[in-house]
Amino acid sequence: MIDLSLLPDGGVRWLDASGPRGDIVLSTRVRLARNVEGFAFTGRARDGERLRVLAQVRNALPSVEGMADNIAFRVDELPVLDRTLLHERHLVSKELAGLDAQHPLRSGAAVFLADRLGVMVNEEDHLRLQAMQSGFALEQAYAAVGRMDRALGERLPFSYHADFGFLTACPTNVGTGLRASVLIHLPGLVLTKEIGKVLASLQQMGLTYRGLYGEGSEVVGNFFQISNQTTLGRPEEELVSRLHGVVAYVVEREEEARKVLLRDAGYIIEDKLWRAYGTLRYARSLTFDEAMNYLSGVRLAVGLKLVDGLSVYTLNKLLIFSQAAHLAYAEGRPLNENETNVARARFVRSTLERESGAVG
Amino acid sequence: MLCDQCGERDASVHLTTIVDNEVRQQHLCEKCAAERGVETTVSVPQHPLSVFLHEAQQQVAPALDGGKCTFCGTTMSDFRATGRWGCSQCYVVFEASMRELLRRVHGNSKHVGLAYEPPAPALDERSTILGELKERLRRAIESEQFEVAADLRDRIRVME
Repeated sequence: MIDLSLLPDGGVRWLDASGPRGDIVLSTRVRLARNVEGFAFTGRARDGERLRVLAQVRNALPSVEGMADNIAFRVDELPVLDRTLLHERHLVSKELAGLDAQHPLRSGAAVFLADRLGVMVNEEDHLRLQAMQSGFALEQAYAAVGRMDRALGERLPFSYHADFGFLTACPTNVGTGLRASVLIHLPGLVLTKEIGKVLASLQQMGLTYRGLYGEGSEVVGNFFQISNQTTLGRPEEELVSRLHGVVAYVVEREEEARKVLLRDAGYIIEDKLWRAYGTLRYARSLTFDEAMNYLSGVRLAVGLKLVDGLSVYTLNKLLIFSQAAHLAYAEGRPLNENETNVARARFVRSTLERESGAVG
Repeated sequence: MLCDQCGERDASVHLTTIVDNEVRQQHLCEKCAAERGVETTVSVPQHPLSVFLHEAQQQVAPALDGGKCTFCGTTMSDFRATGRWGCSQCYVVFEASMRELLRRVHGNSKHVGLAYEPPAPALDERSTILGELKERLRRAIESEQFEVAADLRDRIRVME
């Protein structure tokens, strides 16, 4: 099994909830799609071409600021459990991990990781550069990934067209190649049934939303990933600042919704959230969706200050480490579905017992 | 155009109705349209991106369907099947249809973000370039594009 302890904070420093609005916004990610000129795009390339792209990236990266001490994983050489682990930690995409039925694992698939920065190689595009930040920190994330992009672009020739900008395999990414996204927890808007309106207005602003794991994933536990949909025709800064403005507005609406909930249904909400805590604290078997939904409730309770003594950091850790591959990894063996649910309940129980202190 | 009903505001909703086999066009402002119960708000999209792309692709210059990318051999029907282009050259080969496609996807077909200049290849990279040319030659022969192949062969000779 791979050793993720080599990574600073296991590659998930953003879990520490240290960023702005960490109670509502879990993380911010900005990625840039780039291709290396002279090779067919990943999906069309032959094995040899993908390996040459990987070799070029490997040579160029150490001289890029922030990536000097990167840790590399040849994803194509890892067993499925390790690949799932990386995916559950949001370090690689489903496609790169070969977990997407439509896109089998490719030779040359790799990821280079450093503190809050990452480079996926031979994903849908040759390069997916990304920066992750805790909380709501779009500008910082864009600045970090922008620096890496400029440094790498001086060492490798990126595919670029004067009219179309940076060229990508899928036309939905062409131009800036920039996708900025914010992982946000919106239980207030869901409970007050305002969420439909908010999501519809995103569309009108050229934004879109997805579930916890990006494209094609379902919304569970009231976690939404809001991102820009178009990548062409506007400068990078505008794409980022527009998303920033809309997310700031959504955060405000979420806060209002929470106030309304407390005012109009105080004891009902309080009861519901304590029941969620009770279930997590004592259940003997939990499915993933159940755990996500109860965690959402407890997170809301912490946000509303109905519960003391429990940190957002603990809740964030539960979110990541209670996933199937992480549980199997902790147990040191593959688990079937029932075993996974039992292991999940045990893990959640013991974490809450240890880290919730005097919850009241 | 002013609203047919109030005559005050700009008409932004264009309603086609059929009454007694007669088609009628009405132009209404948002307010009057809402009063008449015409749904104008955008609903949350249920269509995955791939469906949208597929529809957009169906309408993109079918005349170019016969064409093939000179570098990677991707055809329009390959793109229709996968929703992905094969290489950067595809953007040049299918440029005309590309503009229309990008307009549909992004509402725009012109990049206004970061300008980029690739690094100039160093002398010792001459062999790499030679390698690329040979690779393209191999591809051109494979896809039976003999004119392109002849051109590439000449360029390789000059370099060697």
